[in-house]
Amino acid sequence: MKKRYLFLTLIILSLISIFIGVKEVKVEDILRFNKENIQIIYLSRLPRLISIIVAGIGMSISGLIMQQISRNKFVSPTTAATVDSAKLGILVSIILFSNTSSLTKMLIAFIFAIGGTFLFMEILKKIKFKNTVFIPLIGMMLGNIIDSITTFFAYRFDLVQNISTWLQGDFSMIIKGRYELLYISIPLIVIAFLYANKFTVAGMGEDFSANLGLNYTRVVNVGIGIVALISSLVIITVGRIPFLGLIIPNIVTIFQGDNMKNNIGHTALFGAIFLLACDILGRIIIYPYEVSISLTVGVIGSFIFLYLLVRGSR
Amino acid sequence: MIEVRNLVKEYGNKKVVDNVSTKIRDRSITSFIGPNGAGKSTLLSMISRITHKNEGDILIEGKEIEKWNSGDLAKKISILKQSNHINIRLTIWELVSFGRFPYSQGNLTKEDKRYINEAIGYMRLDDIQHKYLDELSGGQRQRAYIAMVIAQNTDYILLDEPLNNLDMKHSVEIMKILRRLVDELGKTIAIVIHDINFASCYSDYIVALKDGKVVEEGNTEKIINKNILGNIYDLDFKIQSMENMKLCVYF
Repeated sequence: MKKRYLFLTLIILSLISIFIGVKEVKVEDILRFNKENIQIIYLSRLPRLISIIVAGIGMSISGLIMQQISRNKFVSPTTAATVDSAKLGILVSIILFSNTSSLTKMLIAFIFAIGGTFLFMEILKKIKFKNTVFIPLIGMMLGNIIDSITTFFAYRFDLVQNISTWLQGDFSMIIKGRYELLYISIPLIVIAFLYANKFTVAGMGEDFSANLGLNYTRVVNVGIGIVALISSLVIITVGRIPFLGLIIPNIVTIFQGDNMKNNIGHTALFGAIFLLACDILGRIIIYPYEVSISLTVGVIGSFIFLYLLVRGSR
Repeated sequence: MIEVRNLVKEYGNKKVVDNVSTKIRDRSITSFIGPNGAGKSTLLSMISRITHKNEGDILIEGKEIEKWNSGDLAKKISILKQSNHINIRLTIWELVSFGRFPYSQGNLTKEDKRYINEAIGYMRLDDIQHKYLDELSGGQRQRAYIAMVIAQNTDYILLDEPLNNLDMKHSVEIMKILRRLVDELGKTIAIVIHDINFASCYSDYIVALKDGKVVEEGNTEKIINKNILGNIYDLDFKIQSMENMKLCVYF
């Protein structure tokens, strides 16, 4: 996998994404400065494209970091209670301050996400039986317990419908003014790139890190912080996107190995391409209606996940 | 020189290392021997600051270990543990390059690359340097880890059972390399080793531990002795001299 080709694919898909939709927009319209069509691109298509790319990069890098620091190929924000905890955080923020801004919601979701992820990491330390498939199962169980707490309180406070909208990843609601929070994840992605070497060393274990003079605990905490924050941002603006953080890093590391310096760029590009392709598919499959992204990613992702699972347990 | 004074490590109520004082002398191989559970690995882990001590002093070149900055210490002392189960897909070259992490934090300079290539050459891994670790045999993997430690270029190298799971040919190969590191590059090496004959043939000094205490220490000539070894292992030893090597028969 050459980065160059991945980049080219991303550009082509981005152009396709901008020009599909119910309202027909042609290249000539832009050249002729057709005001209405440029407005559509500016207010709806471009925000959608940017949010897909940022979310795709963010979620797949989060997965990569999680897999590196937990030393398990099947751990990701969705299988380590991060996303479920963030959801609980959103519920709490809705209950406590009913008309709060997205930023406060995001902060509370972040606090919960970081708590949930640390809880998972602590459980991980206690488990002696480090089977590759067993650990993510524990994460999913923990996630489901947290999720049932969310459902219970959502039911009590009559917020079930409200909270279930956060569950479904959906880009169709993204318009200008409703996605800008996602930009916060860009500096986090930059930090992840700068920390790539440190995450790789941390992935070799605590003793190994100590031998090389690396502060293991601090690097792991930075990693969990980045993952929790990006996950909270994505779930607030887009919703839950299943499998992305799980399958993208797995596919990339098959070709690129586990040295994060060599795979983080590929993971970012491939994550954005995969999400964008799924979004385009969802938009043309029942045109002029559209299928939500969590469904398309879920269906394609689950097949890839099954393949990886069978491959991994061999 | 590394000096250990009155070192204690407790797990619960059990003293795994009990009031140990010893030295690791420069430019030599010191072997730590003794029965299972004698505290050899724990001692080595404490000296390399991977495990924290409960009491006592560890002086590395006269300076207490806790006063060392962890990054500086990584340029002074390196350790290879017995369980190298890192299930991470790296090529040999990449693994060895992480030996330079204390110097460059992963942004390799020309000098780093020179050290890496030298270490790979030293361990004769040139032909397979771009192979992934999970494609290697046990002996090749062990050589790759030692190459990483060589690239780390520390004065002190601690190895916890480096011959674990290796056949005779590879064991001899590893020990000869360690000998060369001391004789040619002036390194100081401390190893935990179970095979008494390997300890006898390749080390300069032997420290024998039993139940967390040092029971005997001295140069190899002194320790490879019927009575001393018999006392350490509760076995009947016969010592045979052959071509300038002292071999133990205890079967």
